[in-house]
Amino acid sequence: MHALDRLALANVTRRGFLRGVAAGAFVLAVRVSPPALAEEKKYGGDAMSGGLKDDPRIFLSIAVDGSVTLLCNRAEMGQGVRTSWAMVVADELEADLARVKVLQAPGDETRYGNQNTDGSRSMRHHFEPLRRIGAAARRMLEEEAAARWGVAVSQVSAENHEVVHGPSGRRVGFGALALGAAGRPVPAREALVLKTPDRFRYIGRDDIALVDNDDITTGKAVYGIDARIEGVAYAVVARPPVYGGRVKRFDAAKALKVPGVLKVVQIDAPAIPSAFQPLGGVAVVAENTFAAIKGRSLLDIEWDDGPNASYDSAQYRRTLESAAGKPGKVVRNNGNAQAALASAAKRIEATYYIPHLAHAPMEPPTATARVTAGGCELWCSVQNPEAIRADLAARFKLPRDKVVVHPLLLGGGFGRKSKPDFASEAAILSHAMQGRPVKLTFTREDDLQNGFLHTVSVERLEAGLDAAGKPLAWLHRTVAPTIQALFVPNAAHEGPFELGMGAVDMPFAIANVRVENPQAAAHTRVGWFRSVSNIPHAFAIQGFVAELAAAAGRDPKDYLLELLGPDRLIDPAALSDAWAYGEDPKRYPFDTGRLRCVIEKAASEAGWGRKLPRGRGLGIAAHRSFVAYTAVTVEVAVGADGQLSIPRVDIAFDCGAVVNPDRVRAQLEGAVVWGVSLATVGEISFKAGRVVQSNFHDYPVARIDAAPAQIRTHLVVPTGYGEPLGGVGEPGLPPVAPALTNAIYAATGKRIRALPIGDQLAR
Amino acid sequence: MSTFTVNGRTHRFDGDPETPLLWYLRDIAGLTGTKFGCGMALCGACTVHLDGQAVRSCVTPMASVEGRTITTIEGLSPDGSHPVQAAWRELNVAQCGYCQGGQIMQAATLLKATPKPTDKEIDAAMAGNICRCGTYPRIRAAIKRAAQRS
Repeated sequence: MHALDRLALANVTRRGFLRGVAAGAFVLAVRVSPPALAEEKKYGGDAMSGGLKDDPRIFLSIAVDGSVTLLCNRAEMGQGVRTSWAMVVADELEADLARVKVLQAPGDETRYGNQNTDGSRSMRHHFEPLRRIGAAARRMLEEEAAARWGVAVSQVSAENHEVVHGPSGRRVGFGALALGAAGRPVPAREALVLKTPDRFRYIGRDDIALVDNDDITTGKAVYGIDARIEGVAYAVVARPPVYGGRVKRFDAAKALKVPGVLKVVQIDAPAIPSAFQPLGGVAVVAENTFAAIKGRSLLDIEWDDGPNASYDSAQYRRTLESAAGKPGKVVRNNGNAQAALASAAKRIEATYYIPHLAHAPMEPPTATARVTAGGCELWCSVQNPEAIRADLAARFKLPRDKVVVHPLLLGGGFGRKSKPDFASEAAILSHAMQGRPVKLTFTREDDLQNGFLHTVSVERLEAGLDAAGKPLAWLHRTVAPTIQALFVPNAAHEGPFELGMGAVDMPFAIANVRVENPQAAAHTRVGWFRSVSNIPHAFAIQGFVAELAAAAGRDPKDYLLELLGPDRLIDPAALSDAWAYGEDPKRYPFDTGRLRCVIEKAASEAGWGRKLPRGRGLGIAAHRSFVAYTAVTVEVAVGADGQLSIPRVDIAFDCGAVVNPDRVRAQLEGAVVWGVSLATVGEISFKAGRVVQSNFHDYPVARIDAAPAQIRTHLVVPTGYGEPLGGVGEPGLPPVAPALTNAIYAATGKRIRALPIGDQLAR
Repeated sequence: MSTFTVNGRTHRFDGDPETPLLWYLRDIAGLTGTKFGCGMALCGACTVHLDGQAVRSCVTPMASVEGRTITTIEGLSPDGSHPVQAAWRELNVAQCGYCQGGQIMQAATLLKATPKPTDKEIDAAMAGNICRCGTYPRIRAAIKRAAQRS
């Protein structure tokens, strides 16, 4: 029935799966070590494991009834990738979008190309390959029709699910052509003719319904937690409460008496640093999730807490502040900042703090596994299916193709589900259950207390101003545990991929710039979290710019634009940014003109400078991240009792060409709410090595009554689709918190330098 | 043994009476549209209707459902045509969609009690339902659209 697909299956090659095993489970290590010596440096999607694939036979099938099935090779976690994928392919294919069905590709980077859905890369990297997939299949259909009619292929063209012969007006549907077309050679990449943007029927349209709307609104959508596998057992795990801890002894007698509890299994603790490995502990496997949870509550476990037993976040904040007060590793140096500071008319210094944060996706980490002698099958919500394939292949000594991963919908990811520790646990437990399938669920408590948290950070900024209030010198010390500490023992400096998230790639036209990175040890698992290090860097820098403006007696928006200087393209290397989001610096220079444009847009849309009633204030902040440009203005209202509300947010965004404006707007709306959440209430703290918070009562997140009354999104779109695309999922977020705290200053005169705002406004 | 109805069908349960309705629905009855989010009635992802009232199934023990009528997101309407469901689709409310079943169930009872809610009433009724993707502005808009319809 699915002619193209059948053909493709016959062509499957599994070259390279063994090669992957040696690389180990930690595909992400690629991101934190310098690239291997290569003939030619690769960028973008070409540099990602598995690269980019554009063979239509891998991704597309057309049935004889004309229905089109598209395999989506990236995880759907709310960014709308399944819908946007269909839009691009349907457009180039000249298919009717309503007749395109989207299925998730299983994990297999050799076949499907890179599947690691993080870094705001999906559309940025795959737009062109997706267009080629559609265009190649369209060409094959056109050639088949021309051959049948005995006419030149130049006389036929695909139009809305049919191929039409212009001179005679003859038409034939895609379904009738599918089988024949599938047997035709795939056109060479160079021979493909992509549509011109004026002929797009779906790309760029703002009114496309989500492909999963029906399922989501009727409860039929299947997320990782919803996998229903025959004979499944259910498990939860009691993990060491302190990172690096292990079970000293345990007694399962009471747990085993709970009706429905089947087995109690000890899982070994990993060596530290433990990368993405499960933390070990004691698992309870039962006939349903509740019995497992109840059984776990009756376990009697004595823990050996290990080397992080004294981790205390209040104390650690002082450690970071002290480190920020002294010189550290120099990571960018232009001119002579110290000398310029010494000679400045005025010196301004401020220190900013952001605590650990937990992703807390509404669907906690969860996976179902079936492990038998012959192989391993997984149903789960993971951002990076190949990482778990690699882990399980190595763990159970299986060839990679015997590890089958079915990615289901993710009930939110935000970076948490790029770490597949939970899927490893499910597999370990299925193995312990002699091959019975096991569904492993993190409770919310597990999610908050055994996560991979956003780092904790202190940012100290100092500037020397001349008599006119213009900065002559900029000294930034960024201090935060690095994600590399997951992989590298005692890693204590931020990596290029962290420094390049706003610290070194600071674009201001200041003659003397010095960025330093003093050491910070990690005492818990620090991982990627939506927007990552851009959050603290943007918070500090954009807050500090507003402080400088105030010191100079200037309008913060005008001052920000002046600091940005004249429109220019900056080579990331000139900013000591060795990472540059993995993109070709020639295609993606830092374009200060684009940042200026979004600042001006956000300001004008917000009515910057308008008179506001007492207790109200407008704040602005801007930031480039994931090769996209964002500016945010926030209007706050602070009541006499310090009660904060947000009547309105304007967010202006330039991510290059826009494929699915509705989903870009949705991501921006979400970024605003996420930013408000972390700015106002988000905090994970530690005492005696343990996370203090346990659920949404003490780890609050923004609810509807805390969301801005209005979020207005403004897309600043360049002229054509030849522009390289930027990221979307993450870059909206970083300027939100500083725009909010700058607005609070405008409203109240109070500077917020530490998040969350919490009760700092209470009077 | 307790007997009750779920989406119009009779169900019987004779397991641990402490078992929350959530886990009965998901693990035993196979109705996975009702989601786990917190287990403590803090997030609303598990919202179902119990005799027409929105409740958090994660803290509703099976001991309390004898003779009761339960509706889950799968049973809100026979064909997904409830005005709230339709409005949710029209405005592309969902991002990941995980919490939206609970949001829709909560919104449906709001509109039953308050057919034309104000922003304040919407915020008050919906504040127990967390969405980490941040779809709140569209949830407000979709509730208003559904209110115009019903």
